[in-house]
Amino acid sequence: MPVPEHLEFFIDPSRCIGCESCVQACSECDTHRGHSMIHLEYVERSRTTQTTPVICMHCDSPTCAEVCPADAIKRTEDGVVQSARKPRCIACSNCVLACPFGVPKMKSDLELMMKCDMCYDRSSVGKKPMCASVCPSQALFFGTREEIERLRKRSAAVNRFRFGNQTVTTKVNMMVPRDARPEYIDVAAAMEEDSLGGDIMLNVLST
Amino acid sequence: MATLPVEKLQIIQEFGPHGAFMSGIRLDPGVEPDRIVKTHCCFCGQQCGIQLKVKDEQVIGFEPWLEFPFNRGMLCPKGVKRYLQGSHPDRLLNAVERDGSVPSGFKPIEYEAAIRRVAEAIKRIQNEHGPDSFAILTGASLTTEKAYLIGKFARMALRTANIDYNGRLCMVSAAAGNKKAFGIDRAANPWSDIPNSEVVWISGANVGECAPITTDYVWQARENGAKIIVVDPRITPIARTCDLFLPVKPGRDAALFNGILHLMIEHDWIDHAFIEGHTVGFDAVAASVKEWTPQKTADVTGIAVKAIQRAAEWWGTAKSSFLMHARGIEHHAHGVQNVLGAINIVLASGRIGREGGGYATITGQGNGQGGREHGQKCDQLPGARDISNSEHRAFICKVWGIEEADLPKAGVDAYEIIRKIDRGEIRGLISICFNPQVSLPDNNFVSQALDKLEFYAAIDFFLNETAQHADVVLPGSLHEEDEGTVTQLEGRVIKINKAVDCPGEARQDWKIIQDIAHALGREHGLTFASPAEIFDELRIASKGGVADYSGITYEKIENQFGVFWPCPSDDHPGTPRLFEPGSWNPVAKGSGPFYFPDGKARFNIAEYRPPVEDTDAEYPLMLTTGRVVSHFLSGSQTRRIGPLVEQYPEPRIEMHPRLAEQHGIADNDWVTAETRRGDTTLRAMVVTTIRPDTIFIPYHWPGRKSANQLTNSAQDPISKIPEYKACAVRIRKAQGPPDWEAELEPQQ
Ligand code: SF4
Ligand code: SF4
Ligand code: SF4
Repeated sequence: MPVPEHLEFFIDPSRCIGCESCVQACSECDTHRGHSMIHLEYVERSRTTQTTPVICMHCDSPTCAEVCPADAIKRTEDGVVQSARKPRCIACSNCVLACPFGVPKMKSDLELMMKCDMCYDRSSVGKKPMCASVCPSQALFFGTREEIERLRKRSAAVNRFRFGNQTVTTKVNMMVPRDARPEYIDVAAAMEEDSLGGDIMLNVLST
Repeated sequence: MATLPVEKLQIIQEFGPHGAFMSGIRLDPGVEPDRIVKTHCCFCGQQCGIQLKVKDEQVIGFEPWLEFPFNRGMLCPKGVKRYLQGSHPDRLLNAVERDGSVPSGFKPIEYEAAIRRVAEAIKRIQNEHGPDSFAILTGASLTTEKAYLIGKFARMALRTANIDYNGRLCMVSAAAGNKKAFGIDRAANPWSDIPNSEVVWISGANVGECAPITTDYVWQARENGAKIIVVDPRITPIARTCDLFLPVKPGRDAALFNGILHLMIEHDWIDHAFIEGHTVGFDAVAASVKEWTPQKTADVTGIAVKAIQRAAEWWGTAKSSFLMHARGIEHHAHGVQNVLGAINIVLASGRIGREGGGYATITGQGNGQGGREHGQKCDQLPGARDISNSEHRAFICKVWGIEEADLPKAGVDAYEIIRKIDRGEIRGLISICFNPQVSLPDNNFVSQALDKLEFYAAIDFFLNETAQHADVVLPGSLHEEDEGTVTQLEGRVIKINKAVDCPGEARQDWKIIQDIAHALGREHGLTFASPAEIFDELRIASKGGVADYSGITYEKIENQFGVFWPCPSDDHPGTPRLFEPGSWNPVAKGSGPFYFPDGKARFNIAEYRPPVEDTDAEYPLMLTTGRVVSHFLSGSQTRRIGPLVEQYPEPRIEMHPRLAEQHGIADNDWVTAETRRGDTTLRAMVVTTIRPDTIFIPYHWPGRKSANQLTNSAQDPISKIPEYKACAVRIRKAQGPPDWEAELEPQQ
């Protein structure tokens, strides 16, 4: 069964509280069998409590699959990019190096690339992925576009990203503030300067 | 003498904590659970709904419970990994007794023999020194049924006044403040009111880490246009995206609230009609805040004048609002005053008792609310009745079938029990799910006191740091091995369902308690056959009290996803929101919505005093303590769950770069923090997210890593909560790791 079309994934890093519930829950889904496929990045802990969850964005033209010499990475018809297939993956790590979002991980003990596959055992039967089910702040949200529009009046969903000259369109959406809605967002920027961490300092009125 | 039977390390080798990781079963693909049990998390006061997967009589994982309205499937990492406790290798499967001649310090003993030993010790000590020489300390994670039973056991079987609970360390300041102002001790609103508020004020609550599910409610308010004000010495995850952050100096909250009320009055941002019609005592409070000018408030609190003014304006002019606070303002020797200050600005605004207008404390412990209402607190009888009130006493004596003269009077609080042990006034102790060796302040003193006990019996499922001092340990039950109710932070009574049986010789705690009563020959009134039977009696015992549970049944809880107390009759749906205009209560009897005979709320002067131990030349910094998201309380459970230990393996000393620089400290360096009571050496975490005059250490670790070696046991005179959140400290760079570092596993 494919992932139902009306259900989409939305990420809102401004809501993330760094609790790692997503990381802990990801390892509980049957597709991943004990391995967590989501990463939590600290933007710069010395200056901010801002954290960012990183899941596979499920690109329309996945670079990871394009660079795979063994054709081990499959994108299913519903747009979900799967982990490498065990019989084919030669553990060359090309995908790890090529993915613009830094998502695939080489499990050297298994000699297999594993990555977020949207908890395919769950999402393909209409359930939410584990991370989005548990995320206490709903920084990770899985639902319909109507729901997200009702719940996030101040933000808009964006799914086109620029990395240098490469433009990537994804199945997964990032929530960005509506009043400063960019056409593209550059994910790398949030990781380079602690822009979000800096914002909070503007609100701090201390002596 | 309850000294450790052998070296601590030897005990730890046998009984842990050892980190348990994923079970093999779950890794096997295609495993279908035999059944799925709807229940709740075993940890914090939010009590998230969760479904446990059971296979071959073991809990092997969870499934989000999307329908449960409070958390709608959301869970924090503790809830996700809690199932790993079930088949944990450290689990106590039989009774043990201390024996210094065996390597681990404890040897197995037959359950019946262990019960006989406990009963004999109780009899001997009480015969020699009177009934109050034996005390009982209980946990606030126990179901309400167990709390009720233990309260009854203490008073009817032990006949001691000295019973208290670890909710004493949690939210008793809020409870006392609430009772003084509203006549009732419960969150005024359900959390569903938060998203409809225009301003959300959060004081001393690290919501993101200690009540993570609440974050979604707060940010939904923000999404709807609310302004979020956070008051904390640290930029916690919830503070990061707030609209106004007030970096208060630890222990100065009453001053801030007085300063805000001063500005509200000055600018006439107050609800005169509400104050006139529904409150008493405003004039005296107004006079008391006259001196709290913005400048004085700023000088005392360390917050800029401009920020204080902005907060007062946002709060004062809002049409709807929600104020919440937690241990940050309550864990003080003046915690009740801080809470009263918070309530004063709520009452002056008139925004309470309506949709989108509310006030609440964020209960920290699983059943911090339900447990104390029904008898495990030294001064309370079931139904939140007062043990000193003769009418209340008579009512409970009738339910219990005893003479009023035989019902003990109010006992002393948990810390005073420890002091009485130290002074030799209390010689025997039973503890159940309480780990004061880690969780009480100044715990070197606690250790010394425990050593003096003539007899100590612990009921627990792991051999926690305090139980290591015991003479006999009775193997109790895990959360998923019993049924019963708990009351979560909104006041919603919910049902814990049994998923599996107790393993080995372990028993459900209520059975152990009744077995002791039986062995004492004092089983009268303690012969319940099930938690449901206990609940039925508890309903009768609470009838007509403030915390009236008489209309609540297990079936109703299931049908309604929980029932909010008070619920005084079978056809009553429960009370999600207190103090609604026209609402009835058994104290005011129609005179008004608040729980006083005249139905009016009370303004109380919130007196500001600095922390009992303020900074000086010798100890120039403030130490404040708190939690991290992957651990819970004394860590007795979470320091055994491998993935949670990995997430936050060690306590760190959080400090500002400016402070670190003064001492030549870099991130990750070893640093010694020292107070008048003790010291610890931990790694530094240098971050701009804390005030430069304050350091923070999380308290979940025991022994040499324990933050509570440092904290001050000064207590609030009214609530008796200890001053965990502020004491004077000094720091210095250490020359590398301390000697003991290499000896212990990370989670110890
Ligand atoms: S985000 Fe990376 S791993 Fe995911 S589909 Fe795109 S390229 Fe592949
Ligand atoms: S569960 Fe949600 S809030 Fe917690 S770390 Fe993951 S994305 Fe962030
Ligand atoms: S610890 Fe609290 S927030 Fe976490 S899952 Fe349990 S009840 Fe929910």
